[in-house]
Amino acid sequence: MQRRKFFQNATLASMSALLGSDIVFAKAMPDAYLPLGLQDPDPFKLFDKNKEMVVLNDKPWNIEAQAHLLNDKVTPNSAMFIRNNGLIPENLDASGWTLTIDGESAAQQKSYTIQQLKSKFKTYTYQLTLECGGNGRSEFDPPAKGNQWTIGAISCAEWTGFRLRDILEDVGIKPDAVYIGYHAADIHLSQNPDKEPISRGAPMAKALQDETLLAFQMNGEDIPLAHGFPLRLVAGGWPASVSGKWINRISIRNIVHDGAKMGGDSYRVPCKPVAPGEEVKDEDMCIIESMPVKSLITYPKSGAVLKDGESLNIQGHAWAGELDVQKMEYSINFGATWTDCAIEKPINRLAWQHFSAEIKFPQKGYYEVWARATDADGTAQPMLLPGWNPKGYLNNACHRIAVKIT
Amino acid sequence: MSENRNFWKNSRRVYRLLIVICTLALVSGILIFYINRDAQGEPEADGTEYTKFEDEEPNRIENGIHVRTGFIDAPGLQETVNNCTNCHSAKLVIQNRMNAERWHATIRWMQETQNLWPLGDNEDIIVDYLVTNYPPQNKGRREGLENLDWYELKP
Repeated sequence: MQRRKFFQNATLASMSALLGSDIVFAKAMPDAYLPLGLQDPDPFKLFDKNKEMVVLNDKPWNIEAQAHLLNDKVTPNSAMFIRNNGLIPENLDASGWTLTIDGESAAQQKSYTIQQLKSKFKTYTYQLTLECGGNGRSEFDPPAKGNQWTIGAISCAEWTGFRLRDILEDVGIKPDAVYIGYHAADIHLSQNPDKEPISRGAPMAKALQDETLLAFQMNGEDIPLAHGFPLRLVAGGWPASVSGKWINRISIRNIVHDGAKMGGDSYRVPCKPVAPGEEVKDEDMCIIESMPVKSLITYPKSGAVLKDGESLNIQGHAWAGELDVQKMEYSINFGATWTDCAIEKPINRLAWQHFSAEIKFPQKGYYEVWARATDADGTAQPMLLPGWNPKGYLNNACHRIAVKIT
Repeated sequence: MSENRNFWKNSRRVYRLLIVICTLALVSGILIFYINRDAQGEPEADGTEYTKFEDEEPNRIENGIHVRTGFIDAPGLQETVNNCTNCHSAKLVIQNRMNAERWHATIRWMQETQNLWPLGDNEDIIVDYLVTNYPPQNKGRREGLENLDWYELKP
């Protein structure tokens, strides 16, 4: 408390003046410690984000990308969206960190330090698509409650860590296990220590997949603080809220996990379609699992002006939750005709796929390039908004960019 | 031994330098601490530790906007600031557009799950303020592309 206040009052510069040197100060700080005084001013510097990222909320921090910032095949930290339900934890110390596995369906309660995890379990690296369940919420009508994400709450970074399955099996899974639920070090907005900002999870089948990791690295480095240092659950293809950050405990449950934001309207949609704005009873809401097929044109940035006769090379990514993307198309006449794009196979399951196309325009004028992905089951993205739901999840409507030929 | 004497002589110099540096650092540290604290004003009554700065006038209005939160200056502003910006940013409130019924439901949800206190008579004042100043806009099934920022794309 005193220390917090002190950090709040003192800027890093005056701290350095006090201590005489930046290095001494940095060494005295625990790993990835973020002095509170620095939580205010410049989120781009604070989280090492591209200046064109858009801050939706600063308490808690929620920041999204724009489509053209996401052109990299592997999303760098600078363009990765931040979605927080609570306050980013402080004083994180990887060397003292423990992961505890417990729960009704755990054969025993067992704890591991990160060092123990590293020496005991093999590590795996996958590129995994993480999309916020509410990505695209801003388009719903009537408006849906929550951060008004447009298109930028999506990333596909390279995650390195242990298979959750290996750890759970080391502890022992009882036959009645149905779900895992995570617990983490973040702080509830009300600052009530008895409340968790979010504690979600996944059914055992998802928890035991090869690609479901307990990661300690993102893109080959320690996970950035805002993305879950030092341990993050990564469950690609599912709402990113399943991929809990700052994980210190995982419970093997004999019921569907009932932690914070598992019930009510949170990350749940009507089991049956409803009219826009309709009230939905609690028992008629179902938990979101695999995310729907979707794509994004990441090059060029919307608003490109070309000369008559020039062709346009578009690039982007497509993803489909648990499924592969089978087909990628574009249209320059609002869906009247569609043309195939070249699309690559995913580098591993649950990674997004890269597409490209060369587009020729028949004459001068205003165009919109619309992109449409189709998943392995033959389900395509809608051009209009998909079914309304109270919290505005799962908007996978086609992305489009404006182009002018002069 | 002369070597020994030299060592002590050097050490004294280092000590003196150290004392001067430490004193300077301590004095400047204390000064900065107090200057910063004074500039920040008193902490809020509820003990919120996340208030990063206080304007000299925390409720300054500029061009019809409450500067500290970004809220529109209109009847109900103060009640909204006082009750709706303690846990989360005003940005979360402003980006949400709901009718009165859904705001009331959202308030219930915050009271049931997020430790929001009873709002009493302020609830209607706040909801009136929100639906008047931040009304829902019809968007239909798909909006047109807006705010296009045209640029020449080099081939």
